[in-house]
Amino acid sequence: MKPILSIQHITKKFKIGAKQEGYLSLRDIIANPFKKREKDGKTFLALNDVSFDVNPGESIGIIGRNGAGKSTLLKILSKITPPTSGKIVCRGRVASLLEVGTGFHPELSGRENIYMNGSILGMRKFEIDKHFEAIINFSGVEKFIDTPLKRYSSGMQLRLAFAVAAHLEPEILIIDEVLAVGDAEFQKKCLGKMNEVSKSGRTVLFVSHDMNAIEQLCSKVIILQKGELVAQGETHQLIGNYLNEHKDFNGSQLWLTENISLIDLLFQTQEIISGGNIKFSIALGFEQQLPLITDFCLLIYSLKGVRVGIIDLRPYLDKFKEQENKLSLHVTLENFNLVDGEYSIGLFYNINEIRKEVLDIKQIRVKPGQRINATINPYLPQHRGYLELSGNVKIN
Amino acid sequence: MIEYVIEVQNKFSLGIKELWQYRELFYFFTWRDVKVKYKQAALGILWAILQPLVMMVMFTLIFSKALNVGSDGIPYPVFALSGLLIWNIFSNGLLNSANSMIINANIIKKIYFPRLVIPMSAILTALVDFFFALIIYVLVLIYYHQQVSILKLLTCLPLGILITIVTTFGLGTFLAALNVKYRDFQYLLPFMIQFLLFANPVLYSVKAFNNPWINAIMKANPIAAAIQLCRSVFTGQEVDWQSVGVSSIVAILLLIMGVYTFRKTESYFADLA
Repeated sequence: MKPILSIQHITKKFKIGAKQEGYLSLRDIIANPFKKREKDGKTFLALNDVSFDVNPGESIGIIGRNGAGKSTLLKILSKITPPTSGKIVCRGRVASLLEVGTGFHPELSGRENIYMNGSILGMRKFEIDKHFEAIINFSGVEKFIDTPLKRYSSGMQLRLAFAVAAHLEPEILIIDEVLAVGDAEFQKKCLGKMNEVSKSGRTVLFVSHDMNAIEQLCSKVIILQKGELVAQGETHQLIGNYLNEHKDFNGSQLWLTENISLIDLLFQTQEIISGGNIKFSIALGFEQQLPLITDFCLLIYSLKGVRVGIIDLRPYLDKFKEQENKLSLHVTLENFNLVDGEYSIGLFYNINEIRKEVLDIKQIRVKPGQRINATINPYLPQHRGYLELSGNVKIN
Repeated sequence: MIEYVIEVQNKFSLGIKELWQYRELFYFFTWRDVKVKYKQAALGILWAILQPLVMMVMFTLIFSKALNVGSDGIPYPVFALSGLLIWNIFSNGLLNSANSMIINANIIKKIYFPRLVIPMSAILTALVDFFFALIIYVLVLIYYHQQVSILKLLTCLPLGILITIVTTFGLGTFLAALNVKYRDFQYLLPFMIQFLLFANPVLYSVKAFNNPWINAIMKANPIAAAIQLCRSVFTGQEVDWQSVGVSSIVAILLLIMGVYTFRKTESYFADLA
């Protein structure tokens, strides 16, 4: 079987210098006619020698961080921008949905926009006519179909846009993060429709940050990292690996979910003293929407990997302070009764419905504290276990 | 099964086949632009008729009554209107198409279709206005009891319009392509059009000049030739076929230059826009 899409050594270069202003102005040329442009500008490889094949009927998820080149790849696949080198062989009609409602005009009515949008997406008029009833029913805006789009709520616009897109009948469907918008119910509906599309034997390429959606929809995934294809294969396994990676937290960023990162976990007390108070702060970075955090616990492990205890922060989740795409929480914990020694800190969280444990984020060293009865020498730490209990002893 | 290859573009092609595949888009883009243009205006499409009428009255007052400009022996309003109709196709078409790629940048960045559809539809929008303006033209002709040569009406007028469209399309696609890269044209164009209105024999007769250089330029000027063809329907004067021939060649050269520039750069529009 010939692959329906064959991506061969695709590379895309952007010139960073020229990109800064977005476009050149004639003034730049006039002011600096002899300056060599482009040649001395720095270039940036958005995609670097990416090759893979897609077989008919496959649903492929493309994942990767922001800036990994996912959108550029989709743009090249949908012929919006040409590759710098390499080629793609397509064996079918491609429809791409990089945005819902491309070409929607606020002054036109819903009906008119269906025709406008449909034809921009590559539908012929008779096809739109054929599906018109179905589109209106799917969108659920039949009452307002002759009202100008500017009077629609954004949710209605979105439903109408998706309804048109859902009735495309290409052999290859390319979708970029369409589901990132809209309410939960709408997303469910979209996902259902997309599932239907992929089950009907059409080929789907899907970019999303939503791993659940990818798992539901795609049998294969491709992982892009800094413009390079780093892995491709079976979905469940790769997504597991993907989320487990990047444990190397050393004060930089640790990604907890696709777009939420742990920026900082800082123990502010210079020395952590057994039985004393410890202060630490947590900072989370997020993109776009505020993350929904339902669980957040610090896990304390011994170096042998025994869980000593957890610091459950669930009661204080509402105390996270939001500031410029950053959530931070400052915690003081009294009577930190760990036996002196080294401990490893991990994290358990449930953010935006993604539950995970990340281990070995940080190591802390607990120093011996002041003992109540200073006249007796303590046993060696390894004999005392992990938790000091002596502090609470009372003799009746 | 369709099979095609996406790769670095290095050979030039007009892409007629693809344009034909997407032919319905011409209709939808033109239809959208016309519709949106007049949608929230109380008078709606009437403006397409009123605009040339108001211009005609204004220029008649200034040029004919105040400045006494000659009009080749026909009433000045008829003279001015026949120039203005051609001029409006050119100026509106040029302005629309030069800005069309920027106005539709959000679509260009998100979806593929032959990009030529956009500036072409922009000119078609100007043509729609022209056909509405023809109504006022006929009324003015009737009002002045203007004698019309039927033969010339069926040959010279369509030829004039065709030359105008070809010229507008050539310059329009050229400017549309440049405008994506250098936004300066967005600001330059209104001045250019204003200048061209007076540089072209829209409101005065070609015969107003005695300078051989200017006459030579006017001869090769497609817009001047189109206006001359359009006016010859009433003036009864012989058409200067040499001028029509030369300016047709100029128009075709402009078309080739425009489409070539456009096709050469269009694949990068999404990166630049």
